Amino acid sequence: MSYSEKYETVIGLEVHIQLSTKTKAFCGCSTEFGASPNTHVCPVCLGLPGALPVLNRKALEYSIKAAIALGCDIQQKMKFDRKNYYYPDLPKNYQISQFDMPLAYNGRVSIILEDGSTRDIGITRAHMEEDAGKLLHAPEEDSSYVDLNRTGTPLLEVVSEPDMRSPHEAHEYLVTLKKTIKYLDVSDCNMEEGSLRCDANISMREKGAAEFGSKVEIKNMNSFKAVKDALTYEEERQVELLEDGEKIAQETRQWDEKNNITSSMRTKEETQDYRYFPEPDLVPFEISRELVKKIQDTMPEMPGVKKDRFRNEYRLDEKSADILTAEKDIADFFESVVAEINDPRDVSNWIKGEVLMHMNECNTDIRGLNLRAADLAKIIRMAKDGTISGLAAKETLSACIDTGKDPADIVKEKGLKQVSDESELEGIIKEVISRNERSVNDFKAGKENALSFLVGQVMKLSKGRANPKLANEMLRKKLL
Amino acid sequence: MKEDLSDINAYKNWLIARAEPLTSVAAMLVDRASRIDKDIHAFAAIDAEAIVRRASRFEKKDGKGRLWGVPVAIKDNICIKGELTTCGSRILEGFRPPYNATVIEKLQSEGALLMGRANMDEFAFGSSCETSCYGPTRNPMDLSCIPGGSSGGAVAAVASGQVVAALGSDTGGSIRQPASLCGVVGFKPTYGRVSRYGLIAFASSLDQIGPITHNVADCATMLEVISGYDEKDSTSVDIEVPRYTESLSKGVKGLTIGIPSEYFTGGIDKDVSERVNEAIKVLEGLGVKTVDISLPHTKYAVSCYYIIAPAEASSNLARYEGVHYGRRSPDADDLIGMYIASRNEGFGLEAKRRILLGTYSLSSGYYEAYYLKALKVRTKIANDFNKAFDVCDCVLTPTSPTTAFKLGERMDDPLKMYLSDIFTISANLAGLPAITVPCGEGRNGLPVGLQLMARPFAEDVLIQVAHAYEQKR
Repeated sequence: MSYSEKYETVIGLEVHIQLSTKTKAFCGCSTEFGASPNTHVCPVCLGLPGALPVLNRKALEYSIKAAIALGCDIQQKMKFDRKNYYYPDLPKNYQISQFDMPLAYNGRVSIILEDGSTRDIGITRAHMEEDAGKLLHAPEEDSSYVDLNRTGTPLLEVVSEPDMRSPHEAHEYLVTLKKTIKYLDVSDCNMEEGSLRCDANISMREKGAAEFGSKVEIKNMNSFKAVKDALTYEEERQVELLEDGEKIAQETRQWDEKNNITSSMRTKEETQDYRYFPEPDLVPFEISRELVKKIQDTMPEMPGVKKDRFRNEYRLDEKSADILTAEKDIADFFESVVAEINDPRDVSNWIKGEVLMHMNECNTDIRGLNLRAADLAKIIRMAKDGTISGLAAKETLSACIDTGKDPADIVKEKGLKQVSDESELEGIIKEVISRNERSVNDFKAGKENALSFLVGQVMKLSKGRANPKLANEMLRKKLL
Repeated sequence: MKEDLSDINAYKNWLIARAEPLTSVAAMLVDRASRIDKDIHAFAAIDAEAIVRRASRFEKKDGKGRLWGVPVAIKDNICIKGELTTCGSRILEGFRPPYNATVIEKLQSEGALLMGRANMDEFAFGSSCETSCYGPTRNPMDLSCIPGGSSGGAVAAVASGQVVAALGSDTGGSIRQPASLCGVVGFKPTYGRVSRYGLIAFASSLDQIGPITHNVADCATMLEVISGYDEKDSTSVDIEVPRYTESLSKGVKGLTIGIPSEYFTGGIDKDVSERVNEAIKVLEGLGVKTVDISLPHTKYAVSCYYIIAPAEASSNLARYEGVHYGRRSPDADDLIGMYIASRNEGFGLEAKRRILLGTYSLSSGYYEAYYLKALKVRTKIANDFNKAFDVCDCVLTPTSPTTAFKLGERMDDPLKMYLSDIFTISANLAGLPAITVPCGEGRNGLPVGLQLMARPFAEDVLIQVAHAYEQKR
C-alpha cells in the first residue's frame, strides 16, 4: 500500500493580502512602495506617544469588497484588538488586528482539482489588521536598520478551513484566491513583492481518521511555487516520521528555499502569548447594511461568470476564454478591442499571442504595456483588409508598444504598406528570377519547394512589403 | 500694581493695566514661578526660553483670544511640539514630540501662555505625585504633605498661584483627587468630550484631559476651549459643546441631587464627611432637592480599575524600549538585552508594578478570570449610575476619603495608596463627567473637596451646581 493510500494530508492556509489603498490603515501616510526608508511615516504609524489611530474608510471598503467576493458573511459589528508582541519593526509593540469580532466569517473559494472536478475550500474568517515595517540587516556592520514605511499598511488576513488535501490543492486555492482578489482591484497580490503572503498549516492522518494529526505551521514561503514545494517536502517528512513510529511535534517551521527543506523555528512550548484585548483607541464599528449593499452594487463580474459569458457571447473556446479572463484588465482590454472591431476570434488570437508575448517580454501587465485598444483594433483591421502583411502587422504592434505612435503613421513611416500592385512588383520579380537561376530551374523541373524560396526572396527584396499571395501568383505565371 | 493670578478675569485686568509686551510679562511670570516653585516643585522643569518664545508669537494678537496671555500649566504627559514631554519618566528622556496635542492647539488658538511641564506621578501611576523621576511635588497648603496625584504638579502650580489654570489628565481621579487635596477646582470631562490626541496614554479607555482652576467660572471657560470632537481621536464624540459659561448663572432650583450611601462609609475621615454634609445643607438651602440613592457596585470599583487600567497600560507602555526614541540602555549585547536593560533602567517601581499586573491579567488563562470579568463589573457600575440618573440630576460625594497625607506615608503600601482614589474611580469606569470643588477644611487646616458627577455629556449641570455652591459657601 502506498503512503498516499494510507495517509491523508490536511492543509489550511493563512493568507495576508496587502490592500492597495493610497494611504495607510490608521493614518494618512502614503503606502507607495519603494520610497526611501522612513519617509512615509507620521506620529501615528511611528507609534509616537499620544498619537491615535483613525480607521481608513477605504481600507474597510476594500476589505468588505474582498470578503463579499470570497462569499463571506460580513458581520454587523466588528472591533479591533491589540496583538501584543515585541519586535523592532512594530513600533508600538502591538499590532492592531481583529481577534474575536472580525469583519467576516464563513466564505468559500471554489478550486479545480487535478481530475477537473471542482471543490469548495471553506474560509473560516477574514479580518483586518496593520502591517509591520521592515528590518534591513547589515551583518558586516553588526547592526540592523528599521524602515517603517510599510508600518500601518492595511492587510486583510484570510484564514481557510483545513479543507485542502494536497499541495496541489493548496496551490490552486492560492491561484484562485489571487485571481478573485485581483479582479476587485483591491490588491496587487504580488507574492514576490510581499503584497500577498502565505503561512501554511499541514498535518497528516491515517485515511478515515476523524481526528486531525499534530499541526505544523510553515512560514517564509515567498512564491506560490515555494508553498507547493514546502508542503510537498513537509508531507514527505511527516509521513516518514509516522512510518518510523514517531510523533509529529506541533511546531512552527520555516521553509529554506535554497536547500529545499523546512527547519524548526519554535516549538509549541515557545508559542507566544499575544495577550489580545480590545483596542481602546478605536471604538467598535457598526457595518451598515447600506454600506455592504453599496459595495455589493459595485462588485465587478467575477472570473467564472465572465468566462462563461465570453464563451457564449464571443463564441470562444474554453481555453481562450480562460486565458482572456485570467486577469480583469486583460478581459477589459479584449472587450474594448472587440468594441472597435467586431471580430472576437481574431482579437482573441492577437491578445493570446502577440500581446501576451510583449507583456512577458517587458515583464509587465496589460496596463504597463500602454497599448490602446483602438490601436490594436486598427492594426488588426489593416492586416485583415490586406493593407499590411501579417508580418508587418506584428512589426507595427511592436513599434506601437515601443513608441505609442498611431499604427497608421507607423505603417507610413516604415513603409510597411503591402504592395499588391502587379506593376510595382514586376521589377522585383524580374530581379529575383535573374538572380536565382538554380531555384528557377529546380521549380521548372517540378520542385514545388523552390517556389516558396523564390517568394521568400521577393519578400526579402521588398522588405516584407510584397503581398506574398500576389508574388506567388506572378512567379508561377512567369515561370510556367 | 501687583500681579493678580487669582482667576482669569482678575489676571486679564491686571495684564491690560500693566500694558507691557507679553514677552516681558512671560519672563516675569517665569521668574516668579521659579521663585515660588523652589519649595513646591510643581514643575518638572520650566523652559523659560520656550515660554518667552511662545509669548512672542501671541504678541501681535494683542488681547485677542479668551485666554490671551493667561499662564496655563501643562502636565508633563500632554505633547507640546518640540518641547520635552516625558511623563515624569526616565524612559522618555529627551523625547520632544513633533506635534501638539489637540488641546494644546485649542489653548494656543485662544492665546493661552503655555507653561510646561507640570510634574506628575510617572506615567500618571500614583495618587501622591511622589513617583516622578524628577522627585516629589509638595502640597502648597502644607509642604510636609503630598499634593495628591497624579496631576499633583499641575494642581500645585494653580494652588500656589504660579499659574491661573492648568491642564491635567484623569484616569482614576488624577485631576480631582489632587485638586481636592490642594483646595482648587478640578474637572474630569465625559469620556469622549475632550480629544485625547497628544495625551500620552496611561489607560486609553479611561483617560481624559481636564482643567484645574481657581474657581468654577474659569473651569467653565477652560472646558469650553478644550472640548469638542476631534477627527484625530476616534473615541471623541461628535456632539455639540454647550456654552458652559452660560450655565454659571442658571441657579439650582428644581434640581435633584443623589447622595449615595456607599460613599459615606468605611475609611472616610470624620472631617471630610462633616464638610460634605455641610455642603449638602448649603445646596438644600439653595433649593436643591436631595435623595438617597444606592450605587451597589461601588465596592468593586477599585478592584475593577486595577485590572483594566494596568492591562491597558501594559500594552500602551510596550512601545518604550529604546529602539525608536527615548532612553536606550548602552549596556546590552543583543536586542532582548537592550529591551530589558532600557526598560529596567527607564521605569520606576510603580510603573514596573503596574506593567506586571497588567501583563498578568491579560495573559492566556487569566484573561477571562480577570480582564473579562472586570469589563463586566465596569458595565454594572455604569448601570448603577444610569439607574441613579433616573431619579437625580447629579450625584454628590466626597472627592477623597481623607485630606492630604504626609509625604512618604503611603509609598510602601500600594493598596492604601490605591484606595486614595476610591471615590473618583467610578466616574472613569462609567465615563461620566465629574467635578471637585473645595468645601472647607479639616481640623488640620487642609482642604476638603466635594465631588459632583452627572450623566454623560451633562458637564453643564455640574458647572451649574458647582458654581451655585461656590458662590454661596
